[in-house]
Amino acid sequence: MNKTSSNSLSFTEEQAMLLEASREFCRKKSTIEDVRKQLDTVLGYDINVWNEMVDLGWLSIAIPEHLSGSGLGVNGLVPLIENMGRAMLGTPLVSTVLAAQLLIRADAGECSERLLQKIIEGTPATIAFLENSDWGDTKIRCKIGSDLTIQGTKDFVDDAMAAQIFILPLIKNGELVLALVDRQQLSDNAIFPHVLIDQTKRSARIDFSGIKIESSQIIENDRVEKSLCDVRIIGALLVAAEQAGSSAACLDLVVDYLNTRKQFGNLIGSYQALKHPTVDMLTMLDASRSFIYHAATIISDAPIQKDVRVACHMAKAQSTNTLTFTADRAVQFHGGMGFTYACDTQLYIRRAQWSQQQYGDAEYHRSALAGIFFDK
Amino acid sequence: MTNSKKELEEFRAEVSAWLGDNKPKEPGFLLPQSFMEVGTDQQLDFLREWQYKIWSAGYLGLAWPKEYGGGGVDPVFQTIADKEMRRLGVPICFNIIGLGWAGPLIKDIGTEAEKKKYLKGILTAEDIWCQGFSEPDNGSDLGNVQMRAVRDGDEYVINGTKIWTTMGNYAKYMILLARTNQTAERKYDGLSFFLAPMNVSGVEAKPIRKITGEYGFTETFFTDARIPADSIMGQEGQGWKIAMQTLQYERGAEAGHAGGLAFVRVQMDDLIGQLKSAYRNGKPLLDDPIVRDQLVSLIMEEKAISLGDKRTHIGPLTSDYPLSLPLSHKLRYTEYARRMRKLAVNLQGAAGALYVGDDSALEGGFWQKAYFQSFSATIGGGTSQVQANIVAEHVLGLPK
Repeated sequence: MNKTSSNSLSFTEEQAMLLEASREFCRKKSTIEDVRKQLDTVLGYDINVWNEMVDLGWLSIAIPEHLSGSGLGVNGLVPLIENMGRAMLGTPLVSTVLAAQLLIRADAGECSERLLQKIIEGTPATIAFLENSDWGDTKIRCKIGSDLTIQGTKDFVDDAMAAQIFILPLIKNGELVLALVDRQQLSDNAIFPHVLIDQTKRSARIDFSGIKIESSQIIENDRVEKSLCDVRIIGALLVAAEQAGSSAACLDLVVDYLNTRKQFGNLIGSYQALKHPTVDMLTMLDASRSFIYHAATIISDAPIQKDVRVACHMAKAQSTNTLTFTADRAVQFHGGMGFTYACDTQLYIRRAQWSQQQYGDAEYHRSALAGIFFDK
Repeated sequence: MTNSKKELEEFRAEVSAWLGDNKPKEPGFLLPQSFMEVGTDQQLDFLREWQYKIWSAGYLGLAWPKEYGGGGVDPVFQTIADKEMRRLGVPICFNIIGLGWAGPLIKDIGTEAEKKKYLKGILTAEDIWCQGFSEPDNGSDLGNVQMRAVRDGDEYVINGTKIWTTMGNYAKYMILLARTNQTAERKYDGLSFFLAPMNVSGVEAKPIRKITGEYGFTETFFTDARIPADSIMGQEGQGWKIAMQTLQYERGAEAGHAGGLAFVRVQMDDLIGQLKSAYRNGKPLLDDPIVRDQLVSLIMEEKAISLGDKRTHIGPLTSDYPLSLPLSHKLRYTEYARRMRKLAVNLQGAAGALYVGDDSALEGGFWQKAYFQSFSATIGGGTSQVQANIVAEHVLGLPK
């Protein structure tokens, strides 16, 4: 029951510095013009900006110190990713830090350390979570045989065109294992890029069938299942942070338009029919930010417990609602302009449709919460 | 003065034990959930006795001076006592206008005579206080108060009408905002503040029946009512300033409040606890996917509000719109509370149609009444629609 769950919310010096620095960085490196330039590119991001992020050490933020990271945990990623969402910055950062989290949490010794080092140096990585379009389906059907040949197709693999390291949950002799596939082992025609509704994002269906890996590329231990489950919930939190940022930027756009556009002789922001839903955007955004920073406060490198799970579910359920509502009303409030591709509201409404599904939609997360609260 | 952790913990345990032993049994009639709901003599007598008992035990007015009936100790003790009252779900301390408004004001700026005359009676609940700020035509626009007070020798002659006077029919005294100067350049400068006796001729408190079917406040008519001239607080023309000062004590014992609960807090846990045995379509209610979703959404709203209260104090996380959380708090909280109680009625099946007075009503019709009563907060103190305008204009900077 929620009475017993945590209610703490605090903010560290490190988070404050990252919030400040990343906001400035994103403002400079990812103007709306920059964002639009990437919409039709293969990778969806500017490699020079990515390299700068690598140089700033952002890939190592959540990697523990004993693995050559900064040891700030997921807590340090949240402000950063919120600002990336605000700037609609295209990068494979979320995919890559999640892959790192999986390596850390499933801890495969030397092999993980080598890959984490590559990630810190800027090698994009991704986890192939899905085999169909249902985030609620956690059953893995792709297999790896005793000769270590993979059989099966993964779908909706984020940043598949940029990734050099792919982590695949697979079934080996009835057990869940993780396979670490190198990009060079994949032929180009095994990757089928999706046409995504959000043109700042990239994903693909990938046929891994026939790829043979070394035994050193397999992680099999009793932490795999729990780690995979934990990283999915961390993914939900990071997408929620990104959504909160995008919602904030979209709200700014609305407020600006309501303060400049005149109709019937008045600024349209003076009409309560527009004013009150705009206040709803603000209060929903406030709820999102409270949830994501609450989750950031209590999450740690330890296996995820109930409190953190509750916090992440709430963060994603809320932020999905916040962004889908804000972007939808933003288009409407921009009138005829809002119906055009030139109007920036299209970026946010597209982001809203893409992100609501990532790591489960709002209903999925609320249903998970109901299970935690009512089925005991 | 610093208090050792051990000392505070001992005090907490002492309060907890006392409350455990003395928490009143269910009286057989619904108790008011807030000080605004005292509608019958039965309820009044019960709450009066309870407040006296708490004061006698030494858990009310702890931080007020000893010579006026207080405990003369650090406010932290009152804060602890209040927390324990909240935790153990004991009845409210109903004399809130005295404990949280008039009392702290008299304690801070009153004369020695005023302190002697009024403070102890507030704590013991012997003297009930009410507040006369709002008028029928001046609800949100308090600065425009029109009630007249004209000096005549040793008295002021009061004429006009106040409304939404909580416990106006029970109160012995009223903190009263009235106009002593009709021609002041600023409307605020014409106002004066009185500690007005209610038992004088020319004062009529007419109970208003609420949507709940109960009483709890009055429309209060003053017709050539004469009150002693020395019942004015401060000087003529200082009324607005003093009225604004009374509002700052709500924040708790540290701010001067005598303590005690002003209202019973109802949480989602309370609702869910009571729905455990309810059914829908022949199955446990809490197995219904739609109900589960509705409840989870409200749990999230409740949690977002309490997390927001914490985030308010974190500068870097409120820099976009620094006034957003404080200025939207009333809007968010009261609307959540209303929706939650509305759902509570909806989920009861046919029993949702029962009301207070029916023996089979869930919890004596608590939720039905609580839903209706929740409008007092979405309307009183500025309607939600006015609150949304305030947030739009003062937080987002949208045009008037």
